[in-house]
Amino acid sequence: MTNQIVQGILLGGYYALIACGLSFMFSVMRIINLAHGSLAVLSAFALWLLASRFHVPPFYGLAIVLPLMAVIGWALQRFLLERSARGGALLPILTTFGLAIVIDNVLFEQFGADTRSLAPFIGSLSYDSWEWPGSIYVGKLAVIIFVTAVVLLGGLQLFLTRTGLGRSIRATSEDPDTAGLVGVDARRANALAAAIAMVTVGLAGAFLGMRATFDPYAGATQLLFAFEAAVIGGAGSLWGTLVGGIVLALAQTLGAKIHPQGFLIGGHVAFLIVLFIRLSTSGLGLRGLLHLPTGKTP
Amino acid sequence: MSAASPVIERGTAASRIAGIGVIAIILLLALAPQFLSAGAVDRMTALFIYVILAAMWNALAGFGGLVSVGQQVFFGLGAYFAIRLANAGLNPFVSLFVSAVVVGAVSWPISLFMLRLRNGEFAIGMWVIAALTHLLVNLDRLIQGETGTSLISLNVYDAPTRRLAIYWLALASMAALLAIVFSVLRGSTGAAIRAIRDNEDAAASIGVRVTGTKRLLFVLAAFGIGIAGALWLATAITFQPKTYFSVQWTAYMIFMVLVGGIGTFEGAILGALLFFLIETWFGGTGVWYLIGLGATALVFSLLLPRGLWGTLEERFGWRLLSVGYRVRLPVNASDTTGGTASPAQVTTSREKA
Repeated sequence: MTNQIVQGILLGGYYALIACGLSFMFSVMRIINLAHGSLAVLSAFALWLLASRFHVPPFYGLAIVLPLMAVIGWALQRFLLERSARGGALLPILTTFGLAIVIDNVLFEQFGADTRSLAPFIGSLSYDSWEWPGSIYVGKLAVIIFVTAVVLLGGLQLFLTRTGLGRSIRATSEDPDTAGLVGVDARRANALAAAIAMVTVGLAGAFLGMRATFDPYAGATQLLFAFEAAVIGGAGSLWGTLVGGIVLALAQTLGAKIHPQGFLIGGHVAFLIVLFIRLSTSGLGLRGLLHLPTGKTP
Repeated sequence: MSAASPVIERGTAASRIAGIGVIAIILLLALAPQFLSAGAVDRMTALFIYVILAAMWNALAGFGGLVSVGQQVFFGLGAYFAIRLANAGLNPFVSLFVSAVVVGAVSWPISLFMLRLRNGEFAIGMWVIAALTHLLVNLDRLIQGETGTSLISLNVYDAPTRRLAIYWLALASMAALLAIVFSVLRGSTGAAIRAIRDNEDAAASIGVRVTGTKRLLFVLAAFGIGIAGALWLATAITFQPKTYFSVQWTAYMIFMVLVGGIGTFEGAILGALLFFLIETWFGGTGVWYLIGLGATALVFSLLLPRGLWGTLEERFGWRLLSVGYRVRLPVNASDTTGGTASPAQVTTSREKA
């Protein structure tokens, strides 16, 4: 049992990783990017292509893919989201959903229906493990993912609170017009935020590929995981997504223990229970379900 | 009436003609199987189902401002409950409609929950509901997981009878659902619905019952999509959860409504027709067809968010099946009686309907 809890917590690190980009973008631009999961899968496929075709190991491949993801994020904001956000809050949902369909099917067209994994390209790392006291075996990769998530969340937090760029992003997320008055370029801040979010998505995609398998249509599931972890973690801080990820993973582990097909059901049910509690305790609507208090000073 | 006073119209001459036209078209469609091949009858049945899906998604998103990417949950449940009811011994044709009523009833508690979410959170929250429901249906022993099952009891009818019966049922369902949506939107609820869509807080402040009105649309859309799912099951016979609970159904709905014209009654029908034609011509190209659908939806949301009908309506002042009011300012006295209003004379303070 302890073993499963430890594994669940480590898996939560992956969910935090994929969720933090989603909630980061939402808190800055008020947009839920429905292509979020598909973009993570895109990153996984890019690494797979580099590894299988050009023999670039995935960890080195990140040096190519992550900058590429940043450019994609920047372009996404400049050419799609900025434009569709002007048409109201509903339009970006449709735009990003259309984008997700395009990405999924282009990937399918290019790579076929086969399930892929990056595991064969990372050597023994995919199965190496450490033995902890109490004969608990933890995978090295799982620990790396968890540590990456913690470092990334901490780094983002520091970036937002301690740097000028981070402050301009926070200012824009609070009130773009007023931020503009004091000389913050809101467009630039948003594009930057999107680029950062896509880097985290790229990283999440890499770990998705290393720890499990993926196929062209895997994006939808990743999007749901990201959304669930972000909502469960809720309005705490960026660290909330880590808590959310861990809760989601533990619920899935518990679900799998109860019923062979209970893994996903457990996660969805946990999400709905948390949602129900938050709905009945916050008298207000849920305008800020995913809103991070980025304006909070440390 | 003084010559200068504006005229408030519910409909135009064109819309009265259109109304008669719609009735004529439905009557013609009812007789059509006499002249159509078996394959064509099946395709027409699919078209009717698409029209239902588009109209229902449009009612929810275009008029209620509730964009959902999880509407496949009601499509799948419509089929699933039909299987369950038929398995319990109910006549298969009857079970199609009882199933839709059950879907409507199930959507009520879901609405209590989900309608408190907004925008993107509602959209993706519905997707979670759909994913969870899919997994739970898979657990049913009758369905046998992804293997699925069939609506076997329909086999007591021979193929031609079955085909005709489903055709007429689909046509009747489409006509009835369109009539319901039309009358809801045209009535006082419709005014409330448009007020909510345009500004929810302002609507609430002048006494519009926001949640109740949204709930009506939510349950209506669930009921309609439930019928569509049950009818699809009747044409396909086999039920595989993966096909029915696929997000692709919502993608189709979004495509139809976005291209046709979100928030216009006629637009959803136009979109369904276009989707039907595109599917007929390009459906065989497989993945490129899907890429095309996604890209088209993307482009429309960016460049032509009002869709084809919305744009035409604005440009030419067309009103065929008008659900709103419009104010016509007469240009000169002789024109006030006119049924001859040309677009140039119609100065509308454009009501969005």
